Amino acid sequence: MLDVAITRRFGDFQLDAAFEVPVGVTAVLGRSGAGKSTLVASVAGLTRPDQGRVALGGETLFDAARRIDLPPRKRRIGVVFQDSRLFPHFSVRTNLLFGRRRRKEAVAPAFEEVVDTLGIGALLDRRPRSLSGGERQRVAIGRALLSGPRALLFDEPLAALDAERKAEILPFLETLVREIALPVLYVTHALEEARRLAERLVVLDGGRVIAAGPVEEAVAAAGLASAGDRLLDAATIEAVVVERDEAYGLTGLAIGQHVVWVPGLIGERGDAARLRFLARDVALALDPPQRSSVRNVLPGVIRGVKRGTGPYASITVDIGGAVLRAEVTRRALDELGLAPGKMVYALVKSVAVSRA
Amino acid sequence: MEAAAAALGLGPEELSAIRLSLLVASVGTLATLPFAIAIALALARGRFPGKTLLDGLVHLPLVMPPVVTGYLLLLAFGRRGPLGHALEACCGLVFSFRWTGAALAAGIMGFPLMVRAIRLSLEAVDRRLEDAAATLGAGRLGVLFAVTLPLALPGLLAGLVLAFAKALGEFGATITFVSNIPGETRTLPAAIYTLTQTPGGDAAALKLVGVAIALSLAALIASEMLARRIATRIAG
Repeated sequence: MLDVAITRRFGDFQLDAAFEVPVGVTAVLGRSGAGKSTLVASVAGLTRPDQGRVALGGETLFDAARRIDLPPRKRRIGVVFQDSRLFPHFSVRTNLLFGRRRRKEAVAPAFEEVVDTLGIGALLDRRPRSLSGGERQRVAIGRALLSGPRALLFDEPLAALDAERKAEILPFLETLVREIALPVLYVTHALEEARRLAERLVVLDGGRVIAAGPVEEAVAAAGLASAGDRLLDAATIEAVVVERDEAYGLTGLAIGQHVVWVPGLIGERGDAARLRFLARDVALALDPPQRSSVRNVLPGVIRGVKRGTGPYASITVDIGGAVLRAEVTRRALDELGLAPGKMVYALVKSVAVSRA
Repeated sequence: MEAAAAALGLGPEELSAIRLSLLVASVGTLATLPFAIAIALALARGRFPGKTLLDGLVHLPLVMPPVVTGYLLLLAFGRRGPLGHALEACCGLVFSFRWTGAALAAGIMGFPLMVRAIRLSLEAVDRRLEDAAATLGAGRLGVLFAVTLPLALPGLLAGLVLAFAKALGEFGATITFVSNIPGETRTLPAAIYTLTQTPGGDAAALKLVGVAIALSLAALIASEMLARRIATRIAG
């Protein structure tokens, strides 16, 4: 069991994640900027969290309060990096044996077995430079396995590969993770990979865990797209409970000087809550709508506009104290003349707001 | 070598100067290499107060008049100098008016060039590879010897050759520190200087000048070839 509970702050961003990784595969899913890389580096011992604790099978690897911080080599956590990081001056064989030679006491699978499972027997005398991306990743996986790890960490191992290479390597991964009886943390931004490889899922957004549990349960809890393989664009905003409408079962939460109405009675006045606004549930208008069912109309200023390749555009709106994200069609963007600096009203249906 | 020397018309004295120069430059650069690596590591990786000062101190021999360096060496490493005295007492190592002193002067003069080249190549080493090595169980020294230094090898070699070439040509600090004793401290440049001061020595001086040029060129070409071989070995 790998136990992680850490916080790490840089500038505006704060990673604040706590979860457990039992034996088997736990995927951590998050968009870029969700804090995945920091998480991986913290668990591996390559960066030091500000607060918290990392423990593996009862042994404390990091504990800020007790000033424990084991160096990476003593953690015995095998890491497979996105960019494989094979040593260019060694042959594939020497790369594979790098960890094993340094941890003679560790229990590691047999060399031949790993080489066979990964199908890299023909590559042993070659140099990393001459390998394809998929071959490199297979060697990197073998190298981590042979170092006798007590847990495995995959940091987006397929993200740098094209679809064909991914398809080539996924079957190897599937066989492998089923065979090894270790806690495996698989970090990815692709839900499809998590579904294929993991039993449990931790969804990370804006540096926080927004859902965790068995894969499909976590997917549902996090409000992930059912068909797409990516996390939906969303904004998570801190708010404070200011009003409770018991007759209608609504709670009013303050964001800056605005009040947003959310279904359900949440906490007491003064309680803090985090709200999650999916970009596709936020509409923009140039005038405040008259006689509309939309309860939340938030005036703001457009900060940024990002045109996608498809029919969509992503817009960030500063509503004073918080930033919302809205997904609109490119046509709406052009017809309304939406551009940075423009005053708009963000419309959010109450039923679309959820607590994060 | 004697036969080749005779063919070139070099006498025993010139020959001894060439031999001495090669010895002095080799020993001088090789002996300072570990120190250069340590200081280059500190400058490339370390964060400590006084780093700028250390950087400046290392570069001093490059910008000071060689005579000043030589005189400082004489004060520190002469028989009565604090360091010279201590080294003689503990290890029987004597520098003043010996070829070892010439090697020390040569090493010191080439030191800034060596540190600079090694530092640059260390800074170019991919730190992410070092991280990967650490997760595989390598300690600090393990990472250094298995990953960092092998990857910095071309720069290490370039530094070594630059320092060697500089050491071969070193004159001012050497002559100030250990004088110009035939067979002991009369290196190639000192021999050339002596010949130019001797009536009728011009022809012999010119021959030695040719030898000096040939040696420098050979060192540069050898390093270029080695660097290329290492680069292809690293790149695979």
